[in-house]
Amino acid sequence: MLQGKTALITGASKGIGKAIAEIFAANGADLVLWSRQKESLETVRQEIMARHAVQVHIAEVDVRNAESIKNARQEIAGKVQVDIIVNNAGVMLDAPLMMMKEAVLMGNFETNVYGSFLVTQALMKDLIRKRGGSIINISSIVGVQGSAGQSAYAASKSAIIGFTKSLAKELAPLNIRVNALAPGFIDTGLVATIPEAAKAKTLGNIGMKRMGTPEDVAKVALFLASDLSAYVTAQVIGVDGGMTI
Amino acid sequence: MTNNEKLTAAFAEALSIEPSVVVDSLAYHSIPEWDSVSHMILISQLEEVFDVSIDTDDVIDMSSVAKAKEILTKLHIVF
Repeated sequence: MLQGKTALITGASKGIGKAIAEIFAANGADLVLWSRQKESLETVRQEIMARHAVQVHIAEVDVRNAESIKNARQEIAGKVQVDIIVNNAGVMLDAPLMMMKEAVLMGNFETNVYGSFLVTQALMKDLIRKRGGSIINISSIVGVQGSAGQSAYAASKSAIIGFTKSLAKELAPLNIRVNALAPGFIDTGLVATIPEAAKAKTLGNIGMKRMGTPEDVAKVALFLASDLSAYVTAQVIGVDGGMTI
Repeated sequence: MTNNEKLTAAFAEALSIEPSVVVDSLAYHSIPEWDSVSHMILISQLEEVFDVSIDTDDVIDMSSVAKAKEILTKLHIVF
């Protein structure tokens, strides 16, 4: 489904990013994987290359840092041009507003928002040159619905939706599609920190009565990356097992 | 092809205009064809033709054909 395409995925060393890398490779895409965790990323690269006949470039990148992105971009310049950008790198730092330190606010925005902007800005010229491509931003159900104790994280994920819809309008004339995924309660490291009682309560609110898996999200990312969604842009697709019913 | 001819061809193709329209004084938004969308195409076209990478500040600053030459000269392209 992605034969001949190259996808850049940020935050690819684990969780949803890793699952997206795996399913994209299984569908023939060459990969550029970025993460701050070079060691884990190398493991992901080896695992993928052992299973699939695709090229996998990796680099240690801090998406909060324009210089770091520029250096990584330079590393692949002339070798690789991307067709698909997946802005997946994210953090979830929580606190009720009354108890929120500035670092929590900034931490959420620096990675989740600035990171997506900077990475897209650095790579979008590849897609413009090809007059086509797909940009997939990972938002969250919390960015759509809000969540007590998560105002900073939720605001950062809402910002991703505004970013997605605006960029979709900018780039639609160039045949570049921009969409967002809004995962619900997905079994990743981010939710591992949530207390069991809170987890149980959240599960009760899910129509399908189970946590999602990174693979559940990755399958929808594959749809958005491929020509199956050739006429889909500016959309926010929930992957939440019925949490928003 | 000289670099001047390459530049003219890149502008003409990116903006879908006649090469004769590409003069130093031609400015961003001075004709309907040079809008924000074609500006993005123009930047990618110039990068490809001259094998350079144009920084965001220069993307914003590229307000005319003359300015494009100035920016490309900075990137060691001789006109």
